[in-house]
Amino acid sequence: MALPAHLALEIVTPDRALVHDEVDEVQVPGTEGYFGVLPGHTPLLSMLQVGQLWYRKGVEKFYLSVAFGLAEVLPDRVVILAQVAERADEIDVDRAQAARQRAEQRLASPQRDLDLERARVSLMKALTRLNVATRARTRG
Amino acid sequence: MPSLIDIRRRIRAVRSIQQITKAMKMVAAANLRRSQERILNARPMARQITRVLGDLAARVDPSAHPLLARRPEAEIRRVLMVVMTADKGMCGSFNANIIRAAANHILAHPGIEVTLGLVGRRGRDFFRRRDYPTRFELVNFTRKPGYEHAAAIAREAIAAFTAGEADTVLLAYNEFKSVLQQRIVIAPLLPIPKAQFDHADAAAAVDYLYEPSAQAIFDQLLPRYVEFEVFAALLESAAAQNAAQMVAMDNATKNSGDVIDSLTLTMNKVRQAAITREIIEVVSGAQAL
Repeated sequence: MALPAHLALEIVTPDRALVHDEVDEVQVPGTEGYFGVLPGHTPLLSMLQVGQLWYRKGVEKFYLSVAFGLAEVLPDRVVILAQVAERADEIDVDRAQAARQRAEQRLASPQRDLDLERARVSLMKALTRLNVATRARTRG
Repeated sequence: MPSLIDIRRRIRAVRSIQQITKAMKMVAAANLRRSQERILNARPMARQITRVLGDLAARVDPSAHPLLARRPEAEIRRVLMVVMTADKGMCGSFNANIIRAAANHILAHPGIEVTLGLVGRRGRDFFRRRDYPTRFELVNFTRKPGYEHAAAIAREAIAAFTAGEADTVLLAYNEFKSVLQQRIVIAPLLPIPKAQFDHADAAAAVDYLYEPSAQAIFDQLLPRYVEFEVFAALLESAAAQNAAQMVAMDNATKNSGDVIDSLTLTMNKVRQAAITREIIEVVSGAQAL
């Protein structure tokens, strides 16, 4: 069977269909680690973690931050069902900055009955957002 | 007979009310368009998540999951009903209908102990005044529901269901059928009706690699699915609310137009009467001379 030339990438969140495009390569933050997908990938179903996702179209790379959800990979198609997903240019850097400080403070001064897990997750979200946003900036 | 000045004053008052209702109608129309868009935007997610779950259900043991565990009909004693109303009135019978449907549902099942989850201020105020047992309340967001609200509701529902405090969780909300029509839906949220995934054809399904495992993905996806169902219901309810408000305000604008017309008529009559009276006075005064 000939390998498909492109991947049909679909990224959907509860609010919207964020991306619907033909791309050449995708990298996805799976729970077991980041993995790259090229056309012709074997079918795969993976949970997502908080992290950075990028896809390449020709020579251009696009960065997104995603948090939780599911990736379905087929030889010619990638479907991402994310709870949260944002394009690099949509990220509010100031908000992410503030969220990061808040989370860091919480983690630095652990009080009782503080939800450590939640603080950790929000720190990760903030860091990912900042990371993705910086990428968009340095590139552009 | 009211005096000319009184009538003029009333016409002015009605006219400013009309301006307000007209503005509210415009706002509701704009909101309606936005909330309809949001429903459409949520569709792709709905399609994908059901498809993936159907696929998974074919290869894991779906009966094992607590959120799918159906309890025998006879043993259903306690029900959590999530009632979605609006935060504000000014939308015709929207709130009254849903509240009445929920209350009737409670009355129709006397053996069953119903606890309420109240979404929207209108419903909360109504049921709180009447001392219904309530598990949670969520207010001040119904016009623009976010996913985090849905997640909070789903969390409560799942907690109640898995702890055995509720044998079934029902969602009661207004479904947006068209601008003129809202349909009240009382549908089970938990246990997840299994028919939702059954359509998947096991033979057509692809052999996936699973990361971490099919069962783990299935288990994690089900709560997401519940959240998503709640989210969809919130969006429907918001759209229905905006539609109801638009229609109500349109009616109000028309009614105030009618009131202005009839007041203007009365005013003219009064004025005519006054003029006639004055003429009579002048004429009879002249004759007396």
